[in-house]
Amino acid sequence: MKTAARKLRSLKSGVAADKPWHLRLYVMDETPKSLAAFMNLKRVCESRLKGHYRIKVIDLLKHPKLAKGDQILAIPTVVRMLPIPMRTVIGNLSDIDNVLVGLDLKAGD
Amino acid sequence: MKKRASKSMMPGRSLPKCPTGIQGLDEITSGGLPRGRPTLVCGGAGCGKTLMAAEFLVRGAVQYGEPGVMMAFEETEAELEANVASLGFDLSGLVRRKKIVFDYVHIEPGEIHESGEYDLEGLFVRLNYAIDSIGAKRVVLDTLEALFAGLKNEAVLRAELRRLFRWLKAKGVTAIITAERGREQLTRHGLEEYVSDCVILLDHRVNDQIATRHLRVVKYRGSAHGTNEFPFLIGDEGISVLPITSLALNHKVSSERIATGIPRLDAMLGGRGFFRGSSILLTGTPGTGKTIVAANFAQAACLRGERVLFFSFEESPNQIIRNVHSIGLRLEPLVNSGLLRFHSARPSLYGLEMHLATMFKEISVFKPAVVVMDPITSLIDAGTPSEGKGMVTRLIDYLKAGQVTSLFTSLTQGGHSLDQSEAAMSSLMDAWLLLQDYEGNGERNRVLYVLKARGMAHSNQIREFLISNRGIDLVDAYIGPSGVLTGSARAAQSAREKAEALASQQEAGRRKRELVRTRMALERQITSLRSEHDAGAEELRQIDEQVGTQTRLLSTERTELGRLRQADASVVARTSVASRNGRKH
Repeated sequence: MKTAARKLRSLKSGVAADKPWHLRLYVMDETPKSLAAFMNLKRVCESRLKGHYRIKVIDLLKHPKLAKGDQILAIPTVVRMLPIPMRTVIGNLSDIDNVLVGLDLKAGD
Repeated sequence: MKKRASKSMMPGRSLPKCPTGIQGLDEITSGGLPRGRPTLVCGGAGCGKTLMAAEFLVRGAVQYGEPGVMMAFEETEAELEANVASLGFDLSGLVRRKKIVFDYVHIEPGEIHESGEYDLEGLFVRLNYAIDSIGAKRVVLDTLEALFAGLKNEAVLRAELRRLFRWLKAKGVTAIITAERGREQLTRHGLEEYVSDCVILLDHRVNDQIATRHLRVVKYRGSAHGTNEFPFLIGDEGISVLPITSLALNHKVSSERIATGIPRLDAMLGGRGFFRGSSILLTGTPGTGKTIVAANFAQAACLRGERVLFFSFEESPNQIIRNVHSIGLRLEPLVNSGLLRFHSARPSLYGLEMHLATMFKEISVFKPAVVVMDPITSLIDAGTPSEGKGMVTRLIDYLKAGQVTSLFTSLTQGGHSLDQSEAAMSSLMDAWLLLQDYEGNGERNRVLYVLKARGMAHSNQIREFLISNRGIDLVDAYIGPSGVLTGSARAAQSAREKAEALASQQEAGRRKRELVRTRMALERQITSLRSEHDAGAEELRQIDEQVGTQTRLLSTERTELGRLRQADASVVARTSVASRNGRKH
């Protein structure tokens, strides 16, 4: 009951403002595509989740083993670890609207 | 271009092959899949794509020491493991021993949001990592098309797939990529466009309520391959493909002869029976004793110390044993000693291919010298005629390759015209015996002919075939003015001849006795004549004696008288003679 109420509130407020956001960005080396994805993600987070987000960049070139765990296929890929449920957006994140939908940040706009 | 041409000129240095270990497939592809290249395996749902791919990996790891990577898009490790466990593959054991790496790629359609450019480098990384972690030589991607459901940008996807296949080739792994069968093309998403080295098509179709899987090598660049559609089976030891045409006619041939267990039949076959390794067809109308001849043949082989495998499609082993016991054949001790093995299965139990595979397996395990199929016709009826002939051909080829003598019984509908299937089958057979009912005189009798016996002189006479509680016997049939005489007619004829012989014998005896009697009568006559003759001689002698005495007496008297009268001596003598003559007449 309590969680449902909170969920409703967070939807109304647009973002889960009071919750920490953990994001993982999987890239492959420092390619322009990877850099662009990071810049785009950073921009979205700064505008929407300022102060309570964390982006962890994983370079699969250095840690190929980690690709299996989060079911990574495409590069670049952003995985929303928290809040649950997990969500995945692939691409260089140049289409901001799609990023907002993919990460479920669009609600309340 | 020049290089390729020179390559094709030298068959010895042809394309390197990667054996799959799948029974029959390596035969069709003359050695296996193209080594270091991707192969596309496509087919509809439930035709065995995943199983074939999994067997390729498992056999690679177990038989050829080549570790493999299974990248599955549809089944989790636990699911696949359960599926292949039924084929006796221990997938989890191989994964534990680092012979196989399993990577399940989960794609939920609609869950992945796309924003801007991307590539599939993540997939490459995972695959590369999996391959390098165990030094894999084989890779399976099952089913790559799941990507099309998960990713919207098809242009990127196609470009990346093209890159993936190039990358696999560069990596030097032998790969199987499975794909769903498309409506108008081989695969739903046209993957055949990217994988051009080898394409195998699987198919599962139902014919007359019996489902059969088929395999066809659509394309194999740089190698000869069987182009036909080959039936294949998923048995309890994995997949087995059953090639028909790949078997060449180059069996070793034996000139050893083996007895049939019926001495008179051996006599009909040039005195020494059939050739070892030959195929014998025994056709007959119902109830003519086909099974009994077959059982006799089996027993004879067992008594020579050879192993016999008896496939029965209509009777249970115990029924056959009991039935032939009534004619004095004791098969049970042979079964107990392990020389004779029965295998009974109803023809409708499963499809023809499954029967064939089961038979091949039984034969390869038991290694018999003689195989009996009783009756082959009911098995053929389980499939279409062309399938039936194909099956018999393959069976005979298989048996001949192993120099196994085979006896096929075949049920005919009677009459003189032969079934089409029978005529077709007979051309595959080396010897053909015909058992027939001969009707006449209000009874049916069995007769046996040797219709053909390749490579040996054989009798072309009809023999009457007798089944008694002492076993089988063949008797010369009488040829009478009204045709062949069998059964009671033959017995009657035989009795008649016996009676005639007896009569003539009696006549001779009578005449002999007559002659003896005549001779004895004559002899008696001779004896009486002789005694008469002897009596005459005696009388004569007596008369002579009498006369002598009288004369002497007379002369004594005369002399006495003369002396008394004192007459002249010479006168006395002359008168005594004259007086005697006068008295006689």
